[in-house]
Amino acid sequence: MTLAAANALAAATNENLASISNTLIYSAMAVYTLAFFAYITEWLFGSRSKVARTAAALTADSGGAAGAKGPAVTVKSAGGTTVLERPEVVVRSSAGARDVPDGPGAHGGDEQGDLYGRVAVSLSVLAFVIQVGGVIARAASVQRAPWGNMYEFNITFSATAVGVYLLLLALKKNVRWLGLFLTTTVLLDLGLAVTVLYTASDQLVPALQSYWLIIHVSTAIFCGAVFYVGAVGTLLYLFKDSYESKLASGGKPGRFATSVLERLPASASLDKFSYRVNAAVFPLWTFTIIAGAIWAESAWGRYWGWDPKETWAFITWVAYACYLHARSTAGWKGRKAAYIALIAFGCWLFNYYGVNLFVTGKHSYAGV
Amino acid sequence: MSKTPTGSTTTDGTPAVVPPGEEELGTAGSQLSTAPAETAVPGSFGGNRAPGLTGWLTWTGREILGWVRWFWRQLTSMRVALLLLFLLSLGVVPGSLIPQDGTDAMKVEAFKQAHRTLGPVYDRLGLFHVYSSVWFSAIYILLFVSLIGCIVPRTWQFVGQLRGRPPGAPKRLTRLPAYATWRTAAPPEEVHETALKVLKQRRFRALLHSLNGVGGAPTAGDAVAAEKGYLREAGNLVFHIALIVMLVAFAWGQLYKTEGNKLVVEGDGFANTLIQYDDFKSGNLFNDDDLVPFSFTLKKFTGTYERTGPQKGTARVFKADVTYSVGAHGKDRKATISPNHPLAVDDARVYLVSHGYAPTVTVRDGKGDVVYRQAVPLLPVDANITSQGAIKVLDGYRNAKGETEQLGFSAFFVPTFAGAGKGTMFSQFPALDFPVLALTGFHGDLGVDSGLPQNVYQLDTKNPKLQQFKDAKGNIVAARLLPGETMTLPNGAGSITFDKDIKEWAGFQIVQQPGTGWALTGAIAAIAGLAGSLFIQRRRVWVRAVRGADGVTVVEMAGLGRSESAKLPEELGDLAALVHDKAPAQTDADPDREPDADTPVPAEGAEKK
Ligand code: HEM
Repeated sequence: MTLAAANALAAATNENLASISNTLIYSAMAVYTLAFFAYITEWLFGSRSKVARTAAALTADSGGAAGAKGPAVTVKSAGGTTVLERPEVVVRSSAGARDVPDGPGAHGGDEQGDLYGRVAVSLSVLAFVIQVGGVIARAASVQRAPWGNMYEFNITFSATAVGVYLLLLALKKNVRWLGLFLTTTVLLDLGLAVTVLYTASDQLVPALQSYWLIIHVSTAIFCGAVFYVGAVGTLLYLFKDSYESKLASGGKPGRFATSVLERLPASASLDKFSYRVNAAVFPLWTFTIIAGAIWAESAWGRYWGWDPKETWAFITWVAYACYLHARSTAGWKGRKAAYIALIAFGCWLFNYYGVNLFVTGKHSYAGV
Repeated sequence: MSKTPTGSTTTDGTPAVVPPGEEELGTAGSQLSTAPAETAVPGSFGGNRAPGLTGWLTWTGREILGWVRWFWRQLTSMRVALLLLFLLSLGVVPGSLIPQDGTDAMKVEAFKQAHRTLGPVYDRLGLFHVYSSVWFSAIYILLFVSLIGCIVPRTWQFVGQLRGRPPGAPKRLTRLPAYATWRTAAPPEEVHETALKVLKQRRFRALLHSLNGVGGAPTAGDAVAAEKGYLREAGNLVFHIALIVMLVAFAWGQLYKTEGNKLVVEGDGFANTLIQYDDFKSGNLFNDDDLVPFSFTLKKFTGTYERTGPQKGTARVFKADVTYSVGAHGKDRKATISPNHPLAVDDARVYLVSHGYAPTVTVRDGKGDVVYRQAVPLLPVDANITSQGAIKVLDGYRNAKGETEQLGFSAFFVPTFAGAGKGTMFSQFPALDFPVLALTGFHGDLGVDSGLPQNVYQLDTKNPKLQQFKDAKGNIVAARLLPGETMTLPNGAGSITFDKDIKEWAGFQIVQQPGTGWALTGAIAAIAGLAGSLFIQRRRVWVRAVRGADGVTVVEMAGLGRSESAKLPEELGDLAALVHDKAPAQTDADPDREPDADTPVPAEGAEKK
């Protein structure tokens, strides 16, 4: 076989793989759409339930010691007599915090709703697997890590976000309420990817051929996905918090708001959730920026040059640092810190889309 | 949370670390972190003023000192740190949206041309060099002063906490976020001992707070106090110190940095001395002797490009094969420099930043003698490496009359010609597929000796002492040459040949930036510190065992963390289970008994450290 023929063959394989990748991405979108409808159905069934736990908790005498929500007493039955195997731990939220129980989740305790919720999660898993297949096929077709242009960023980004969500579910965290918000954005993200941002498979220009690229870009995408999950939590916290404070001050929120927010976790839980998520990735984000600096040093001869992409990564970093600081500064906890977290995620988004599309800099040669 | 009373008041003297509403815990909840306390602003620092001049002087002194202290405390408070962080992130923004002198001076000029009114305003505000502007420097210097002012006392405080002991148990353990209790037949002393052992095994710092002093006789108020997670604070301090290290390393690097460019044609070399650079910039404290002594020769440059598809013409491989030697008499070593893979010699790095073609031309005089043969580097003007430049024959040439003259040719080169009659002279592809060199010639005085700086790549055709070669009819002499072809100059003035040997050149950037190692060390320390600070919980556990009136021991365990965490009750549960193993619960007791009801409240002294 001549060299040219071998090349042609390789090129054909690559094109095959690329089209397989495209098919997989489209299939994943189809399955996500089904999951989306399943989540919607879960919410719809859930709206039949009429529990108003928040209101009950806030309007009833809520002052005293809280109910035991910690690990329950472990009791072992041994021949008719019960033996206390380990002492019970009573958990008490700090004084001053509202004592509101977490909502039951989107299904609102409704059995059919719960069933649809489970179906939706299964569909999400399926779609996730297909999408990951699509990303891998793409990587195989271009014979490098699939992070050379914005199309590839997008398909990897949404796969990672769903992966984080599924991982949290697997760890038995109470996060199923995230499902609807996540599938919606994943569909938007993939739609944008296959229409506006699509780029045919292609190799990298020399400046992008570096293993620091793989490290830097993969962690950047991962951080973005986790920040996104945190931002959804923060946004819902803001809604739930105003709902709770309205109830606490004797107001009467609208029916729709009641129906939706009753089913979400308590604002304190949402706040804690988004703090943990954001705080957990912040060191990785720091690492991402440093990896980028190391790459820039080997590619351009300076590790920091205030290029727009670098600048916005730095702004995002400072904004998240502000958020973490705000949480331990008197007068800044709660809603104000939440606003900062949202602004910080906005900075990340702007860096991701805005800088590539509107600002020219050294990073703009990645082909949109 | 913002609705809580203490969450929003700031001047009540409550340390920021105590969760709102838990002041009742007394010292038990204090010192869980080293965050600076919020302090109240007094009305006057001077106090009473004694009559007379000395009275006034001492009063003023106290007043000034007070204000300085107040200002310092403000600057190093969490709130001002937050404000400065905000300002920093805002201050960085304009630099990413407005063209910057440092990165793209041409764009700055274009911007100034396009915005006649806005341009000067921006200039005044330093918006074209944001990152070295006065106001930007002010923000980050203030931030770092604040940071240092914050770290120093926090470090002392932390050392104090390490040398001190975990504070004693609060009166009512039931008020803590996690609480467990049971009744056992084991005597209190034994429970305390077990608890100490268990906690120490779990790597808590633990000790028995006895009302009768350490080692005193056991009494009802005794309790075991334990604390863990000091690494959180240590990590946090390491992180903030690492930020300072990074900043200092960066500033140091800027002051001693050198950065220069050199264009090298295949076969030529470069030695790292100031005069060899095409252009050179250095930091304020740089000294000529600081240049790392080394030299290299460019053996071969290779560039390959995508041949087909939508990305046709995009570069695929760039590499420069060089031999280099360190010091004056170093051994020759081989290396390949490509994007992302600079050559490192001590502190110096050699980057491959550009490339182009250098066609070799031979110039002969009227008698046919070779007066010039050289590969002439031409500068690319587009992505397909359409190139332009000048060929300058400065000496050795005599015209037909035998007079000494200089020759100049303006050259236009394309590596891949579209073909005659295709209507374009621009290159169609970056590789050497169909090279063509177009020339027009001049003779006379190039004006090189006039003392004015001259661009090597440009011919000053406006120079009156320079005449263009014209044929007998007065037409300009110009030719489009293929490799090996010759253009004959009119009136026996000689000829110029486009040789077959077309070389490539590579542009190198040579950078020296000390302090990079420190910056990297700081960065790694920052990440490690941050991980410690964010993933480790600092928490306290107390165990109190008291014999009740009925002779049965009541064991109480409670945990307190800096923030509410699901892990705290879990951990307390585990610890309780371990203690419980040694001091099992009495099953005959009424399980629904309210634990608070007959738990003896120990004396006040229990809270003393
Ligand atoms: C260069 C600017 C700064 C950056 C990027 C920064 C960043 C951070 C980050 C990311 C944390 C989070 C760790 C955590 O939540 O435990 C933190 C915590 C902290 N920072 Fe800073 N910081 C800066 C300046 C300062 C200054 C000037 C002060 C002094 C007032 C300060 C005092 C603190 C304190 C006390 C904490 C611990 C808060 C806690 O224990 O929760 N920081 N900082």
